[in-house]
Amino acid sequence: MEKFTISTRAQRPLSGTTRQAILGVVASGNLELLFERIGGDTVEINILTASTGYRTVWEAVIRDFVERTSPGGVRITIHDNGARPDTVMLRLMQGAKMLEMPS
Amino acid sequence: MSMWTKQATERARRLNAAAPLTDGKVVAGDNVTALLERIICSEDRVCLEGDNQKQADFLASCLTEVDPGLIHDLHIVQSGLVLSEHLDLFRLGIARKLDFSYSGPQSAAIARALDQGKIELGAIHTYIELFARYYIDLTPNVALIAAVSADRDGNLYTGPNTEDTPTIVEATAYKSGIVVAQVNRIVDRVPRVDIPADQIDFIVEAPRPFYVEPLFTRDPGAVTDTQVFMAMMALKGIYAKYRPKRLNHGIGFSTAAIELLLPTYGEELGLRGNVATHWALNPHPTLIPAIESGWVQQIHCFGSEVGMDAYMSARPDVYFTGKDGTLRSNRLLCQNAGLYACDMFIGSTLQIDLAGNSSTVTPDRIAGFGGAPNMGADAHGRRHTSDAWLKAGYEAAGAEGPLVRGRKLVVQMVETFGDGMKPAFVEELDSIALARKLNMPLAPVMIFGDDVTHIVTEEGIANLLLCRSTDDIEQAIRGVAGYTPVGMARDHAKVAELRARGVIQRPEDLGIDPLKANRNLLAARSIRDLVTWSDGLYAPPSKFRNW
Amino acid sequence: MIPKNISKAASWYESSARDRINGLLDHGSFREILGPEAGVISPHLALFDLPPAFDDGMIIGRGTMNGHPVAIAAQEGQFMGGTFAEVSGAKLVGLLRAATAAADTAQAVSTVFLLLDTGGVRLQEANAGEMAVSETVRALLEARSAGIAVIALIGGRAGAFGGGGIVTACCSHVIISEQGRISISGPEVIETNKGAEEFDSRDRALVWRVTGGRSRALLGGADSYVKGDVASFRQAAAVTRNTLPDFSLATLDAEQKRLEERLNAYGDCRDTPEIWARAGIDDPKNVSELSDDAFIALLAEKGHAHGAR
Repeated sequence: MEKFTISTRAQRPLSGTTRQAILGVVASGNLELLFERIGGDTVEINILTASTGYRTVWEAVIRDFVERTSPGGVRITIHDNGARPDTVMLRLMQGAKMLEMPS
Repeated sequence: MSMWTKQATERARRLNAAAPLTDGKVVAGDNVTALLERIICSEDRVCLEGDNQKQADFLASCLTEVDPGLIHDLHIVQSGLVLSEHLDLFRLGIARKLDFSYSGPQSAAIARALDQGKIELGAIHTYIELFARYYIDLTPNVALIAAVSADRDGNLYTGPNTEDTPTIVEATAYKSGIVVAQVNRIVDRVPRVDIPADQIDFIVEAPRPFYVEPLFTRDPGAVTDTQVFMAMMALKGIYAKYRPKRLNHGIGFSTAAIELLLPTYGEELGLRGNVATHWALNPHPTLIPAIESGWVQQIHCFGSEVGMDAYMSARPDVYFTGKDGTLRSNRLLCQNAGLYACDMFIGSTLQIDLAGNSSTVTPDRIAGFGGAPNMGADAHGRRHTSDAWLKAGYEAAGAEGPLVRGRKLVVQMVETFGDGMKPAFVEELDSIALARKLNMPLAPVMIFGDDVTHIVTEEGIANLLLCRSTDDIEQAIRGVAGYTPVGMARDHAKVAELRARGVIQRPEDLGIDPLKANRNLLAARSIRDLVTWSDGLYAPPSKFRNW
Repeated sequence: MIPKNISKAASWYESSARDRINGLLDHGSFREILGPEAGVISPHLALFDLPPAFDDGMIIGRGTMNGHPVAIAAQEGQFMGGTFAEVSGAKLVGLLRAATAAADTAQAVSTVFLLLDTGGVRLQEANAGEMAVSETVRALLEARSAGIAVIALIGGRAGAFGGGGIVTACCSHVIISEQGRISISGPEVIETNKGAEEFDSRDRALVWRVTGGRSRALLGGADSYVKGDVASFRQAAAVTRNTLPDFSLATLDAEQKRLEERLNAYGDCRDTPEIWARAGIDDPKNVSELSDDAFIALLAEKGHAHGAR
């Protein structure tokens, strides 16, 4: 397993008022993500993954995700069991959408 | 004695030697090994019927029991090397040379045997290529085949899984070869004559029905949201654009997803009756909802599929059935139909390189090709036109005109990462390294890049017809290769240019939202749903049930 | 174009544990206890180089069903096979004990729903898991003694095996769908110990014919048989809540008597169609092929309604 944090800044805070969202399942090829609103414009992503050696791929996926959705003020904690990048991106977008909904 | 009848004389000698072991054409199961020792000679070419579905498994196990001191160095010429017995022949020294098409479950064992020098490999063929050579220079001396039933004269009923049998028997019987058939039952009268008795020399009732692999069953329960997403892109970006009416689908979950989206998303796009009406296709259970919804006019089959027989018998307007009411399949004719009569092939692969060449070979597996290279090949001998074929041709030529030929649409659907996070896009195919290691003169490539027209991934569609240079092709492929190393090494400016030219289409360019792509769009979400769609006619094998 | 008999509704089998909870309870009423933000995860999985889950595959909390307060626990069958382990077990036991402690107070719940989806004890935490099962059984029976209905809902991918099968059998009421399975030893375990001749775990039709929802419902191992959609589970859970027998000695005696009679009647059968034949069901081999509607009609006519437990 490998554990690391990727911190970055988004252009705008994520809209909506929902404080927290959880989605996904720690099953083979899948992951769970906990989204928590922390305020400000930083994006903090804590990753615990069963597949080692893919940090650059995670960084690339997160860079594109932040560019596409601008999820400022959000902390995302991830437990990953070998999900592929497209699944990760899909779940990230789904989670952002859940927070954007009115609580 | 004339020197022009050596083969017939040799055939008569072998039949004479075998006569004491038989009762007419009927051979008792216990006598089969002894019979084989009298009708087969060392260095013979032998076809032990086996393809990706049905297997002459009893005859295969009898052949492994012959005395290797008596019979050795056989040249095996058959489409599928699938049973462990097929490999045993080489391990025991009974066989030495091999020409084949497909290996599937034995792909790792074949790679090992080649590496150890146990097999002298002729070539890995496509199905029709090997069948063609049966009539030119790989004609079997002896064919060991499988059928459902026989009468005592030797007329055979091959049933829904007719597959390769007529082709093998034709080549062997009319060239003074000897044909032995294992049958599930010897009956007074066969339901229909698939192979006439005068092409059959011996029949044996096998202790068990011949084995058939349910190779074309995909459980809708295992189709992922990503596969639904890609199927939506294929339907909107390719089916709706080119409107191919005649087509073939490969096996795999991506194409199963398309089949399951026809009655839902396809209907929404108004495509019913305008695409996918005529098929060269195995009886995919996942096509049942589309058939039942009136999408499909006609399907010709390479083989059958376990559990589909009653359904097909009840849908003779769609399937080719005999007067007895059961399916008649034929691999040679259906492969030919796929090559010449279809406007589109869409299927999956394991690896694609930067020129669009694709392969299913991995460093320690040689799975063979089966039919994909012919389904996925633009047939230069084609002369009839269709709208889809011309549209693809004009797009490739960048012009229209009386001498601009059409193109078959050859679409590869791949998720950028496969099992175990193996990237599907690579700088060099594993098959090239394998060819180097085994000194093969030609690396096994399933579909060459110059035949591929589109690549669909979860990142979008690359239209290679619109590429005008090798650089266009390379960047179009990198541009849909996602977060694989190949994808991350893309030239972003060039990819943006290709997107502006429509060479690359993103989901948003097609108006498809990934967040809306989910399994609820499937016309059936489980095997149980397929049974319900079929009105209880589809009887799935036990391993696909959860009820 | 989709025929009426193909359900497009949310499927229990396909849903996650959280989706099942949200579909079962009144909309928006679920309040999780020890939610993901609490970070109560397994302390053991890291030793095995395995990623944890925020909820350790056991989601517990309170909510309402048609306005009545209830407690609920749901196992996530896709995480570690929905296993019983130290944290997941403690959460379940705690929920049941809290329900018992709250009886006759303002915090009282009438029902605890157990959405089991499990292969049994988590191998990596075997001792803690085994203890969790026995503590769950005790806490469950104490809750029932306190007049709280404990209702099991079975229809997930993992079924209810091992300790999950035992816990299910202890409940006041069991609701099951066609895909649901209940047993103690899983098919693979039986095959490993007794051979494929005894039980071929790859013969899925056999596995479901023996352990699946229809057989369990016909034999009285489950009390309600429902179609596989979430709404049908909710409907069955709401209807049965107040119609359960007392958890009394008389009830247990009646259940014991029923099981003895069942053993005498069918104990020598090798497969379920033999049982159905003896039970007077026409075409016993066809039971698993019937549509849900046809099976529900058959069950009403030939099923073992017993109201015991």
